[in-house]
Amino acid sequence: MLGTAHDNPKVAALKEALLSAAITFLVMAPISGIVLKGYAFEADFTVPVYAALIVFVLRLAILLLEQNETGRKILVRLSPSKGGGVTVAKPGGVPWLRFILPLLFIAGLVLPFFLGKYWLTVVILAMIYVLLGLGLNIVVGLAGLLDLGFVAFYAVGAYMFALGSQYWGLGFWTALPLAAATAALFGGMLGFPVLRMHGDYLAIVTLGFGEIIRLVLNNWTSFTGGPNGVSAPNPTLFNLEFSRSAKIEGNIPFHEFFGIPYDSSLKYLFIYMVLFLVVCAMIYFVNRLRLMPMGRAWEALREDEIACRSMGINHVTVKLSAFMMGAMTGGIGGVFFAAYQGFVNPSSFTFFESALILAIVVLGGMGSVVGVIIAALVLTILPEALRDFADYRVLIFGILMVVMMIWKPRGLIRIHRPYFRVKGGKA
Amino acid sequence: MAGHAGILINSKSILLQKTFRCSTMESHILGQQLVNGLALGSIYGLIAVGYTMVYGIIGMINFAHGDIYMVAAYITAICIAVLSFFGINTVAIVLLITLAVTIFIIALYGWSIERVAYKPLRNSTRLAPLISAIGVSLILQNYVQVSQGARTQAVPTMIQGAFRFGSETDFFQITYIQTLLVVVSFLSMGILTWIIQKTSLGRQCRAVQQDRKMASLLGINTDRIISTVFIMGSSMAAVAGVLVTLNYGSFDFYIGFVTGIKAFTAAVLGGIGSLPGAMLGGIILGMSESLFSGLVNTDYKDVFAFSLLVLVLIFRPSGLLGKPAVEKV
Repeated sequence: MLGTAHDNPKVAALKEALLSAAITFLVMAPISGIVLKGYAFEADFTVPVYAALIVFVLRLAILLLEQNETGRKILVRLSPSKGGGVTVAKPGGVPWLRFILPLLFIAGLVLPFFLGKYWLTVVILAMIYVLLGLGLNIVVGLAGLLDLGFVAFYAVGAYMFALGSQYWGLGFWTALPLAAATAALFGGMLGFPVLRMHGDYLAIVTLGFGEIIRLVLNNWTSFTGGPNGVSAPNPTLFNLEFSRSAKIEGNIPFHEFFGIPYDSSLKYLFIYMVLFLVVCAMIYFVNRLRLMPMGRAWEALREDEIACRSMGINHVTVKLSAFMMGAMTGGIGGVFFAAYQGFVNPSSFTFFESALILAIVVLGGMGSVVGVIIAALVLTILPEALRDFADYRVLIFGILMVVMMIWKPRGLIRIHRPYFRVKGGKA
Repeated sequence: MAGHAGILINSKSILLQKTFRCSTMESHILGQQLVNGLALGSIYGLIAVGYTMVYGIIGMINFAHGDIYMVAAYITAICIAVLSFFGINTVAIVLLITLAVTIFIIALYGWSIERVAYKPLRNSTRLAPLISAIGVSLILQNYVQVSQGARTQAVPTMIQGAFRFGSETDFFQITYIQTLLVVVSFLSMGILTWIIQKTSLGRQCRAVQQDRKMASLLGINTDRIISTVFIMGSSMAAVAGVLVTLNYGSFDFYIGFVTGIKAFTAAVLGGIGSLPGAMLGGIILGMSESLFSGLVNTDYKDVFAFSLLVLVLIFRPSGLLGKPAVEKV
């Protein structure tokens, strides 16, 4: 770009690579190189120098590869997939799935008995994120609406359970449907006016709403306990409690009823089981929804809104249904989170949490259920395993989001629209 | 008759003064809040310009813009520290060099972010640039946090003193730095408006904003214009970063997030795509937020600003000075 027409192309490439390296150095040098210490500073330019060198080498390599035939072939193979659209799955589905799915289901049910308490809690957290990812996937992946305040509905669910038990004595099983309904109601109230407008505004309104919820929870100390949070009770199974001794008069602890020794991981085992069943139900639910007219309308709206509206689809109600469905899932996830932690406070519901759930959906491939599950498991379990890189977690998420959008905007796993045949029809 | 009326008015005013003594004190608080609000609002306005210009030209909410402003605050502090290390302490020279260096580096930030994270997505799905921008925002926040540490940073106070109004015990003040802040903000807005309205570059920007395809058919290098818009928006955020650091004296890696949403609110309030609208929206938001936190409740001032955003988007999405969006098929 810099070189004139008379320049040797190799010299021009060198010049451009040098320019890229110089810009990298200038951009990184002040922040990485000069570290503030009070009003003074410490200078150390190793990081920006290395970064500039890396950029120089990469840029030069790409520019030189572009100049010959074999290089161009390599670059085309590595370049972003422009290939478009959604393909339709083959009729009949995948035959071996029929055997794999029950096996996976049983494996999921048996798994917690082989885990220690620590890994059990990690897996529960991962499952909560699977649930949240599935919920946000309906909104972002299937309906194509960017929701940046998903954590608000998660918070509504968690606080519904915690505050509900504190003020009105709600139990886990009553709170579950109530939280789902409340979160869906919040979603509807927020979504209805906003969804009528241009899509991008939804992102910023939901972002603002997420912050409002967190700030209110943080500042309304008399009702929510403020930054100190509220405790949430343990879940119960037919009035059997998962504590050493019964908290409520007349209830019997679980281990006494079955005559087994008390184990503090019993509570987590129970939460895992319920959560696992809810996640499985959710997967089934989403897959069935994609076959129904509503789910098909979501995906059609994502691809081309104007075409859909001219076909007579009411875009507001269709979008609203997706938005409320996502909010409802968030609410359910919140109840499980509160039960699992035994305590909720506003610091669990920051924007970072929304960004994490969004990263799960984006990395998993927007719209793909399998992708979302894998991404949720990887993004929650991997940081536990790689504690040393905890500082760089957000940085890596950010880079992954940008790279994914440039390289494979439709996600790592290619999604197929389910095959559909009208009964007795020909198509 | 006239004298009679005069006495009457006089006695009435004494009575008024007696009854509303506490209210004059409150009016000084009110005045102070308005002054603070004007300063805050100018900052919001400067940042809102970046949102409004980028949205106007490529129809994308640049989520990373708030974090660019945060980086500008850091560069300011670093620049002041380096200058004082070399023994340059004259206030005017330090301010000018800091402003120039910060604008240059932040413009480079804006340019490279557009080039790396947004340009490859020009023809992608609608959600892709938004998600990419969130990624950039996370990268900038964490990059600064990892490099500079998570603690709150501070700069030495450089300009002291204030204009005072009112009596010894009951007054409100406009500090010199607030005066500088407002003057510099309006000056940079003026320069930007002049560039957009009067120069050939500005005419090209407006052409690309109206119809990108047609502008490129007429021989305008649209990619270059989009880069220029990012550079202009980032420069305004750089000015805001310098001024805010001088005025408040402390910052951390997280300031970009909340200020970013508020500046976006200001852009929407003024009418997205409109330059004077961004400044007007910024000042209205700054003043009302300042009044709210002074007279009602400080804890809920962010809630107030975000609720304003939601309400404006619901009831007047085209803002105060914006034109209603027409959907072209």
